[in-house]
Amino acid sequence: MTIEIDANRPDTESEYVLDVGDLTVDFPSDDGPVHAVRGVSYRLRRGEALGIVGESGSGKSVTSLAIMGLLPRSAKVGGTVHLLGQSMLGLKDEEISRIRGNKISMIFQDPLTSLNPVYTVGKQLAEAVLVHNKIGKEKARQRAIELLDVVGIPNPQQRVDAYPHEMSGGMRQRAVIAIAMANQPDVIIADEPTTALDVTVQAQVMEALETARKETGAAMVLITHDLGVIAGHVDRVLVMYAGKPVETAPVDDLFYSPRMPYTLGLLGSLPRMDENREHRLTPIKGNPPSMVNLPPGCPFAPRCPMVQDVCVQNEPELLQIEVPSRAAACHFHEQLVDVEATDVYDTGDPESEEVA
Amino acid sequence: MTVTTETAAAETTGQTVLSARNLVKHFPVRSKGVLRRKIGDVHAVCDVSLDLNEGETLALVGESGCGKSTTARLLLGLIPVTSGTVSYNGTELTSLSRNQMRPYRAELQIVFQDPFASMDPRMTIFEIIAEPLRVHGLFANGGRQRVRDLMSVVGLNPEHVNRYPHEFSGGQRQRIGIARALALNPKVLVLDEPVSALDVSIQAGVINLLEDLQEELGLSYLFVSHDLSVVRHIADRVAVMYLGRIVETGTVSEIFAGASHPYTQSLISAVPLPDPRKERSRKRILLTGDVPSPVTPPSGCRFRTRCPKFANELTEEQQKSCIEEIPALSADRDGPTTSACHFAAPVKLL
Repeated sequence: MTIEIDANRPDTESEYVLDVGDLTVDFPSDDGPVHAVRGVSYRLRRGEALGIVGESGSGKSVTSLAIMGLLPRSAKVGGTVHLLGQSMLGLKDEEISRIRGNKISMIFQDPLTSLNPVYTVGKQLAEAVLVHNKIGKEKARQRAIELLDVVGIPNPQQRVDAYPHEMSGGMRQRAVIAIAMANQPDVIIADEPTTALDVTVQAQVMEALETARKETGAAMVLITHDLGVIAGHVDRVLVMYAGKPVETAPVDDLFYSPRMPYTLGLLGSLPRMDENREHRLTPIKGNPPSMVNLPPGCPFAPRCPMVQDVCVQNEPELLQIEVPSRAAACHFHEQLVDVEATDVYDTGDPESEEVA
Repeated sequence: MTVTTETAAAETTGQTVLSARNLVKHFPVRSKGVLRRKIGDVHAVCDVSLDLNEGETLALVGESGCGKSTTARLLLGLIPVTSGTVSYNGTELTSLSRNQMRPYRAELQIVFQDPFASMDPRMTIFEIIAEPLRVHGLFANGGRQRVRDLMSVVGLNPEHVNRYPHEFSGGQRQRIGIARALALNPKVLVLDEPVSALDVSIQAGVINLLEDLQEELGLSYLFVSHDLSVVRHIADRVAVMYLGRIVETGTVSEIFAGASHPYTQSLISAVPLPDPRKERSRKRILLTGDVPSPVTPPSGCRFRTRCPKFANELTEEQQKSCIEEIPALSADRDGPTTSACHFAAPVKLL
């Protein structure tokens, strides 16, 4: 867990740049409200990299959209979000526009939809700079070229006048990273930044993201379903399931000694390139629950191999375990000390999946 | 230019069931406007030869656009070849008519990547799985029971046969796709990215199912994938493709322990490992630039425009051979694999 403090920055009163407290998001639907996020709390230190993992529908992206104020009006957002001490929820559009792209910026999965197809990349980069700074157009263009160079785009002098469709997927995503870092933000949220890309391109883009972080000293929230990407790029990990964090720990602890059956199951179900095929994978039976009518108790209980009566009755809180930096939401986390995925999960014949 | 190396043949004792020789597939590129003149060719697959042995899993890996899915479709005769031959148990398939091909279609089946797009949303699961039986005139003979049996084989509840695809999750739908492919007792399954669209916890179940089925039914798999971690887990042999050509082949252990083609090396080195300590100490071979257009592929070695070895290590004299001469797949190069690089040298990456 690295804490980098940059003396040149204003507002170093607080150690934490981003403070999310009990964030909830509900969407209305025909079947009643969908509780997409059910209480997420985390604090991000200056320069720290936090990874958020979870499967589709676990609420990891919605959490970040809520922080950025990018959810549709119909969404009901509760809880608190503080960026550099300033509350982010309930701000007027023009107020949040001054913060977004300046102090906090976001990188989305698909660079083709986050770039405007009718403007050149350079124009979009310059726009990001001009919106928040009083400088001339020529200077903004120079800055755009600089930024493209930083993220490793070859021939930035020419590329600055290219349209998004003239670039490859990896180059577009690097251009998006350049836009995100344009105003030296304190926080960069990257939502599945490499999911749409091939693996060799993914390596290039992650490299560019690391460079952007070093250059700006920004803290990062990296949202992904890929535990491999998480392992190499973050200090701390938050595992989400059914709209709630179920485990948080420094990256090494999470990978080598998980304390929540879901985390253990996720790690056990990963095929590993660095191991022979001797071991069987441990699939987690069933499917994530519907977020409309969550039953009481632990949301993971129906899929959990260690489930007991208490799990079905009471939802466990995310509580500190062992050391202050770790927390898990499981009644039986103590039973997971020195346990392998194959010890608790069934690797046998394919089990019948019940239709949700 | 065969893929079967001596070592591979020794490990998998089964005989060759499906083999391809010098497969070529060009797709025409047409001009815009009314005339739609042909203005070039996409060289999707170039001179690909491979052998799939009985009971083994051969993985075809590569990045998007490398021609791996096209190769799979050529093998099944789903699209016509430009040139080259495919033979199944000694019968040449490429010269057969549609009618003559029909009995072989039963033995060669495919599972598609997207379980949402590969099923008719207006058919029940029963109809989806029964369709191949009806097409081949086998339904009257106990088809109803066969469908229910197939449901249990792939780990689904047979009582759900009257439901529609949208009532199932992605993992369950992929199981339905597998049941449909198994309906005619095929010998060969082509799996085109069968688990790429699934979440990891669900993906593991489908991978285990595929492994069990192979053991029980003695199936041969051609496993098309971009995910090297899955390939390491499920495959016996691997063929790596780049821009329409196979650049390296070998058994799984040969490829992952001593890949000698610079492209395979950079591919393996780019895959992130779910292990923080290993990740921190790893050195990456980063590729620069992008895959060239398959309309005008580079001369000589197609990888040379991005090859770190070409750019950093080779002398001008050596570079000349990369530019002028297409490197053949050969087992006689340095390293345990069969590699298509003039300057192949094995590197331990894991």
